[in-house]
Amino acid sequence: MTRIVITPPARFSLPAPRELWEAREVLYRFGLRDVVLRYRQTAVGVAWVLLQPLAAAGIFSIVFGQVANLPSAGIPYFIFSYVGMLAWNLFNGIVGRSAPSLVGNQALISKVFFPRMLVPLSSSMAVLIDFVVALGLGIGLLVVYAINPGWPILLLPVWVLLMVLLGAGIGLAASAVMVKYRDVAYVLPWALQILFFASPVAYSLDAVPERLHALYNLNPLTWYLEEFRFSLLGLPAPAPWQIAGSVVVALLVFLGGTLVFQHLEREFADVI
Amino acid sequence: MASGLGKSYRIALSGDRPTTAVEAMVKRMRNPVRRNAYESFDALEDLTFEIPWGEAVGIIGRNGAGKSTLLKVLTRITAPTRGRVELAGRIGSLLEVGTGFHPELTGRENIFLNGALLGMGRKEIQRRFGEIVDFSGVGKFLDTPVKRYSSGMYVRLAFAVAAHLDTEILAIDEVLAVGDAEFQAKSLAKLRDVATDGRTVLFVSHQVQTVTALCTSAIYLDRGRLAYHGDVPKALELYRSSFEKFALEQQDPDRRPGSGELRALAVEMGEDQFEPHAEKSVVIHLGKAPDLVGQYFVSCHINDLNGSVIAQCDSRLVGGWFDASREHTVRLTMRTPWLKPGRYTVDVFVCKTGVLDAWEGAAAFEVLPHNPYPELAGDEATGNGLVLADFGYESE
Repeated sequence: MTRIVITPPARFSLPAPRELWEAREVLYRFGLRDVVLRYRQTAVGVAWVLLQPLAAAGIFSIVFGQVANLPSAGIPYFIFSYVGMLAWNLFNGIVGRSAPSLVGNQALISKVFFPRMLVPLSSSMAVLIDFVVALGLGIGLLVVYAINPGWPILLLPVWVLLMVLLGAGIGLAASAVMVKYRDVAYVLPWALQILFFASPVAYSLDAVPERLHALYNLNPLTWYLEEFRFSLLGLPAPAPWQIAGSVVVALLVFLGGTLVFQHLEREFADVI
Repeated sequence: MASGLGKSYRIALSGDRPTTAVEAMVKRMRNPVRRNAYESFDALEDLTFEIPWGEAVGIIGRNGAGKSTLLKVLTRITAPTRGRVELAGRIGSLLEVGTGFHPELTGRENIFLNGALLGMGRKEIQRRFGEIVDFSGVGKFLDTPVKRYSSGMYVRLAFAVAAHLDTEILAIDEVLAVGDAEFQAKSLAKLRDVATDGRTVLFVSHQVQTVTALCTSAIYLDRGRLAYHGDVPKALELYRSSFEKFALEQQDPDRRPGSGELRALAVEMGEDQFEPHAEKSVVIHLGKAPDLVGQYFVSCHINDLNGSVIAQCDSRLVGGWFDASREHTVRLTMRTPWLKPGRYTVDVFVCKTGVLDAWEGAAAFEVLPHNPYPELAGDEATGNGLVLADFGYESE
């Protein structure tokens, strides 16, 4: 028989892995709920997942590729920006969906106990499924455009994992802070939009003036985007320090987000 | 087992606590040294108790005594500020029926979602799925989104999921106030099964009948403190007498809630004792408040011994508006329903746009143990129901 001891929470604590594992069913059910809800009572259902990046990539290839005539490293602009959107949507989706998740589930937080961390984490599940669907289409596009990325595609899962960790770390912290300060709901979309334009998602790094490169290289999102393009489009790999940096940053952000979340968690039920 | 359990809340003294980061920052900048002034409020203070195996414990107390907070701490929804709790097993909670139900999901999906939330594994839910569906009686509508359910079906399904939880300890907060009479009886029977099953049940309720029916021992909380832990009748007696103690305190207008611009001066019963079928009258002396513009109204609650509000007599409903510029003596006459023999209390509320005076337990009266009906029958003929009705049977 399990013996549970409840004591006042310590200042900093890491979640108990056993507790999280026992509640994995919650994670699965929450994720399933999000996925099911998204497409119930929609006419075209899952097609929305594909339409969104396709439309974005289409617009970008017209605006940036045709109107502004930006370079795209010799790759057709459409597929170039599609891959960018793929990576961006993964990050943006995880952050954007996990941040409001706790506030959106107020009733649960104040009425039932379960590891609270599962709420923001589970919102990443639906985003991951969207990503896989969009990735399938992306691979189809690679075939159509006759682009063979070669062996680097094997590294793609690693970049995806890093992106998920980065997004989840920010999402965890944002969701926990939002319980107390609803400002996050206003600031976050705005910050994400700025980040979108400040990162080479819709355009290539080649189009950025030389003197700004140093700045771009400091933006971790640039690293992840370059890694995605390296694995999917066969473009040159980012510098080794950036790859190393992307691993370290993702892990640190995730750890940091977890600590912030745990620290704030103890008063969720009281302030939400 | 709990020892020295406590839970404090911080209540900001300087108006509202900041709800936006900007507000918090502005506050911090204005007073860089001083932290927000706050007052600490102890919802629970130094509770120590031990509950043996298989006991069904009722947790009773007045509103705000900390019953729900205690349950929240025990179920780990909120963390204690002090002390330590040891639970010998998993604890499942039935705090509010239907939390975790999503209206867009079907009954089947909700069973799995809610089961998982309450701490059941997938296999466990699958194993009990049939039982849950049978108990709830919504079998036909399993694949309909619950937003299309009637509220009764919704509640029944939610209760069914929670009641089939296999945790060693089950915490329940006032869930029996749901569903129709038949379902309530069924729920009660189910809970009794749970209790006799050797599982420990913690039960928070205002309904004395349910506590009596279900619990083998009781904890009586008074303002966050453990006032009594032991057998049910003694705890209920304490609970009941607390109303009288409270009424005594409320005699002092300064201790009563409400804005205080206008207070009731005195409240008397027309008589101390009434026949069950007699008219009951309450005389209220109201003060004056020349500064108060316009008219105000009065509302009386008649409560039975268990604290249930039997009737609300609001003067607005009968056009009773009073001028604040002079004193009034008003008489409330309640013609129906007939009241069951026993003791009753009267709460008087004086309101305008807000509450001016809230006087709980302003008066008390006794209804004599007489039978108002033409024929006599055993106690079981009047035992159910809160009041007596003036009724008849004719065959057609």
